[in-house]
Parts: sequence; C-alpha cells; structure tokens
Amino acid sequence: MRIRHFLFPFAAVALVLGACSQDGAQSPAGEGPITITASVDPGDPSFSLTRQMADEFEKQSGVKVQLLKGPADATERLSQYLQYLGAKSPDIDVYQIDVIWPAILAEHLADLKESFASEIGDFFPTVVQNNTVDGKLVAIPWFGDAGLLYYRPDLLEKYAYAEPPKTWEELEAMATKIQEGERAAGIPDFWGYVWQGKAYEGLTCNALEWQVSSGGGTIVDDKGQVTVNNLKAAEALGRAAGWVGRISPPGVTTYGEEEARQLFQSGNAAFMRNWPYAYSLAQGAGSRVQGNTGIAQLPSGGAGHAATLGGWQLGVSAHSRYPKEAAEFVRFMTSAPIQKRRARELSLLPTRVPLYEDKELVEALPILPVMKDVFLAAVARPSTQSGDLYNEVSTQYFQAVHGVLTGQTTVPEALARAETQLKEILR
Amino acid sequence: MARGVTLEQKQERTGWLFLAPVVVILVLVGIYPLLQTFWMSLTDTRLGSNRTPRFVGLENYADLFGRRPFWEAVVNTLVFTVSSVSIEVVLGLSIALVLHSGFRGRGLLRAAILIPWALPTVVSAKIWNYMLVDTYGVINDILVTRLGLVEKKIAWLAEPELALGAVVAVDVWKTTPFAVLLFLAGLQLIPKQTYEAASVDGASRWQQFVRITLPLLKPTIIVVLIFRTLDALRVFDAIWVLTRGQVGTESMATFTYRQMIDFRKLGYGSACSVTIFLLIAAFVALFLLVGRRGPEGEV
Repeated sequence: MRIRHFLFPFAAVALVLGACSQDGAQSPAGEGPITITASVDPGDPSFSLTRQMADEFEKQSGVKVQLLKGPADATERLSQYLQYLGAKSPDIDVYQIDVIWPAILAEHLADLKESFASEIGDFFPTVVQNNTVDGKLVAIPWFGDAGLLYYRPDLLEKYAYAEPPKTWEELEAMATKIQEGERAAGIPDFWGYVWQGKAYEGLTCNALEWQVSSGGGTIVDDKGQVTVNNLKAAEALGRAAGWVGRISPPGVTTYGEEEARQLFQSGNAAFMRNWPYAYSLAQGAGSRVQGNTGIAQLPSGGAGHAATLGGWQLGVSAHSRYPKEAAEFVRFMTSAPIQKRRARELSLLPTRVPLYEDKELVEALPILPVMKDVFLAAVARPSTQSGDLYNEVSTQYFQAVHGVLTGQTTVPEALARAETQLKEILR
Repeated sequence: MARGVTLEQKQERTGWLFLAPVVVILVLVGIYPLLQTFWMSLTDTRLGSNRTPRFVGLENYADLFGRRPFWEAVVNTLVFTVSSVSIEVVLGLSIALVLHSGFRGRGLLRAAILIPWALPTVVSAKIWNYMLVDTYGVINDILVTRLGLVEKKIAWLAEPELALGAVVAVDVWKTTPFAVLLFLAGLQLIPKQTYEAASVDGASRWQQFVRITLPLLKPTIIVVLIFRTLDALRVFDAIWVLTRGQVGTESMATFTYRQMIDFRKLGYGSACSVTIFLLIAAFVALFLLVGRRGPEGEV
C-alpha cells in the first residue's frame, strides 16, 4: 500500500511527460481537421509574423498549424532536431533548417523535388543545390543570409575615400588610416575592422571568405577532396592573422556577431563583417551610427568577392503523418507574397530571384540590389561534400584557423594539421 | 505478527522500506544510465541516426587514448582543478575565519558573500565574459584607463597564456562562497572551551589554529575537497561560456560534449564519459583513504 504513495510522483511525472510528447499530434485519424506542427525561430517580431501567416494558411487550407518555438541557439536546435528525428517522432511535421544541415538531416527529410518542380527555378540556384542531397531536394529556401562588409560613409568622406574598399589591401590601408586619425582625434579605443574570430561556426564563415576571395578553395572541393592546405589559403590566413592587434582588437578572436555589432554600433569601428540582420539594427533608433551605415560586398583577395552563404530553409519530416499538408504549408510560407512581406517587415532576404527586381520591395529595403550581387557570389560551406560529418570538418577547420589567429601555431603547421585531420574524418 | 521476528529485525525491515525509494531512484537515474553509457562506449552509436549501431569492442578507447587533444584536455582539467580548488580552500578558510569572529554586520556580510554562489554559472560566466572583453570590458578599463597599472588593454580570453587563468579566476569567484559556508559550519562545531583551555595554557593564536582549528576542521576540509574536486573535474559551463574550450582551456567535459553532441559520436563520447567517471572515482577513493587515516577522520 505504502509503495503506491512512493510511486505517485513518478506516475505524475510520467503523465506530464506523456502529455508533452503528445502535444504535436492532436488530430485523430479521420476526425476533425488535420493539425500539422512546425518548429520555427522563437524570437519576436519574427515569431508573431509567422503566426499571422500560419493563420492565413489555416483559413485558406482548412489545415490547423501549431507553431513550436525552436531553441534560439542553432547548435542546440540541431541537437534537438536530431533527437526528435532520430526517434522517428511524427510530432513535428515541418522543420526550419540551417543552410549547413541538409546533409546532416537528409535521411529524415522528405523529397520535395516533385511537388516543387514547377517553381524551384525561381529560387537562387546555389541554395537549391545546397539543399539537394543525393538528388533529393530536402528543403525549400525560406530566407537568405550572406556575409557583408559594413562601412561608415561619414568616415570615408572625412578621410577622402570615394568608395568602400574593393580589395583586402585597400581595406587594410583605409582601416589603418582611419584608425590612426580617429585615435588622434580622441577616440583611444577606435578600431579599423571588426569581424567574427571566436572559435565557432562563424569563424568558418569568415575564414572561408578570406580563402575563396584569394583563390584558396573551399576547404573540401566538389569531389570531396581535402584542399585546405594550399599556398593561396595560407596567404589569406596569414593576412587575417596580421590584422589581430593591428587593425582589429586583440580580442577579436573572442568575438561573435553580436560583439562585433556592438563595437561597430557604438561608433568605434570603421568596417565590420556581418550578416544582413545587423543592418536594420545599426540603422535603427538607439544606434550611434544610425544613418551612417553602408553595406558593400566583402573585399576581393585577387580572386573576386566572396560571401559565405547562410540562411534558413523549411523541410518536411520523413516521419510526418501528413506529408502532403506539410508540403503545402512549406509552399505557402516560401511563396513570393509571403517572402515579400517578411523582407519588408523583418528585413529577411528573399530566396526567390525575381523579388530582387520588385520595385515596391526595393524601395522599402534599399540594400536589396547590393544583396543580389552578394547572393550570386555566395559560397557554400562544404556541407554537401562532408555530409553528416560537416560539423566535425568545420570544427577542425575553425580550430586550426583560431590557433593561427591567437598565435599558437604557424600558418603552414595549422593547415598541414587540418589537412591530416580532415582526411582522417572524411576517409 | 509472526513469531521469531525480533524488534531489531523489524526495525531493519522498516529501515529498508524507507530506503527503498532512494534505492529505486539511484538505480533508475544512477546505475542504469551508467551501465548504458558503458555499453554504448563499446559501439559506434550516432546521435539522431537510424543506422543500427555496430559493436566495436574497445576501439573507441584505443582511439581516444591515442589522441593528443584528449590528453591535453585531461591535463587542462587537472591544472584547472588543482589550482582552483587549492585557491578556493585557502581563500574560503580565511574568509570563514574572519566571518567566524564576532563583529557588527556579520549576518549581512554572510548573506552578501553568498551572492556569487547563488547566481547560475552560465549567468555569472556571461557577466565575466563582458567584463573581460578587451575593448569595452570594465576590468581593462580599471587596469589601463583608471589606474594605469597596465600599458595596453589585454584580451584576457584570447591569449593562450591567460585564458586558463581567467577561467580559474571566474570559478574561484563563483565557488569560494560555497567553501566559506561549509567552513563556517565546521568552525561552529568546534567547542569554545577548547580555545579557552588553550589560552589558559598559554598557546598562541597561531598554535591554536594549527593544533586545534585545523585538526578539528579536517573532516570539513575533506568534504570541501571532495565536493569541489568533483565539481572542478567535471567543469563545463564556465569554460563553454567563456572560451568554448579554445586557447588551451578545453576540459574533459567540453571535449566529451563536442564529441557527443556537435560531432554526434555518442559511442565515442560515451568512452570519454566512462574514462572521466573512472578518473573521478580514483580521486574520491584517494580522498576517502587520506581522510580515514587520521584519528578523527570519519567523513
């Protein structure tokens, strides 16, 4: 008898857990409307706009949509998704997927090639190619991201520069001059160039841009061969290491997007590398560089401009009970009118090429034309080639780069070691 | 009631009944996961994959022991543990002695000193992260701009020679209050008369401290050492927030997390976990052995 009292808490916990896990699939087969569940970005204003759009979809289709807030941290979100999908859970039908995840999640995602055959040509081909794993289209691009150079038009004018730097050499020269001038003018903590040098995925994005713009390849080539150890890559890496402590703060090797943005937004940096999201914030109220923020393509290192491709996709779970309805929801959310609204209201960049010619949208979001060029030059991280080992590949790469930036290893040593490790991972 | 059951047996039975829930919980949340982790460490299980795991024997262990980054993580963790725990014990004991002597506002101070311990580690690490930033961090502002003690602003978390030290400092700041708390409790257990008698016999303050306080405090010291060492050997949150295990601060736990979650190698990561478990068990055994040797060493 007494034992029952002891077991009561367990029973209660089990009940709660059971209730949680059933949250997503309320619709009994054959009765009532079908409910699909989608995991999306948790933060507002993005989440509430997504909810509004889901309401419209409900009205249009009669299918109920439940929105689930995914973790804000991308790494955490991936591990949550892996736990759901690994258990073949049907609880979530639509997943919001980072551009580097398609290969990792491919075995759990439905092929959308046929149902999107008529419209996929509208989307940026680089992203579509990125989302295609072994001939299977696992996700539809929802909004885009690409690395950008932020600059201060007011400072360029002050130091008599006609336009933002076109090459890394020009950037170094301009950053040095502006930094000296501003420090002499009484801002002791002014820096020329800030970027993301912390040992995380963002550093892979930054370093890939240095490498590709110098002709140093994409770490792993299209055929899956490790190409990271080459002279051009070494040159690019050496150049970046030279910035630390000279035109970039010594602590830049601990900076993520937000640290860089804070420094730039406080008016203490001439140039910054960041994603498009920073634009509306730097130009927004409360920013010290409001009205004095410009964007341009990242400089070239002799082999053209290069921006790392980022962005988010929507995919349908292979374990979904309602794959057709889920695909329709994805079609709705990635449609031109919806993307246009998201671009206008959240400055999230469209993934459909024709929207970049939309006069109304260009007027509302003036950075759009520049963004198109950046997108066309965007370079994908080697996630397709490394498949579900991408995270390991990227980690070895950014650790090697970080070692050079913090002066722990020399460039040739770091690249040679990275080559050995990457070959071992991908063997 | 059955005959032949003594009162003692009856009491023992009741005792077991009361213990039963604890035993069940221990088996459920302790023993079972442990055995499962050990089993997994002999396979090549991947996180979130439908592929059936393969039994690979001791392959994971062989690979792990032959890997330099793992041994670097072990050495880092040991350096971190020894330095942070020894500083915490010395500092904690000193502060506890000060707080133990009666003075005005002692209660207030005792509550105030607990604040760092009450903050979640991730929160305090994030606060320190901002304070240690090279450009706008308050530490550099004080050292360079206000006091002029240092010539150039220092990137505390970016320099290989400084990063581990910074992590130790943050851990010391955070967990010294815990040591203080335990030491205070230990000090309050020592009868006042012992000191009075010693004073009558002409023992100096220092002699009293070495001959009375330290020996009588030994059980407390061992408890503090065990608690803090176990925590320090598993350190994860402070390091993850401050440096992500870079610039020579990778600990065994961050290494394991990377393998298990970031690289999805559950089998390999389990081998790391089992190794950490054995290492920590060895430490506990060592402390218990040392603690048992003394005359009043019951822990």
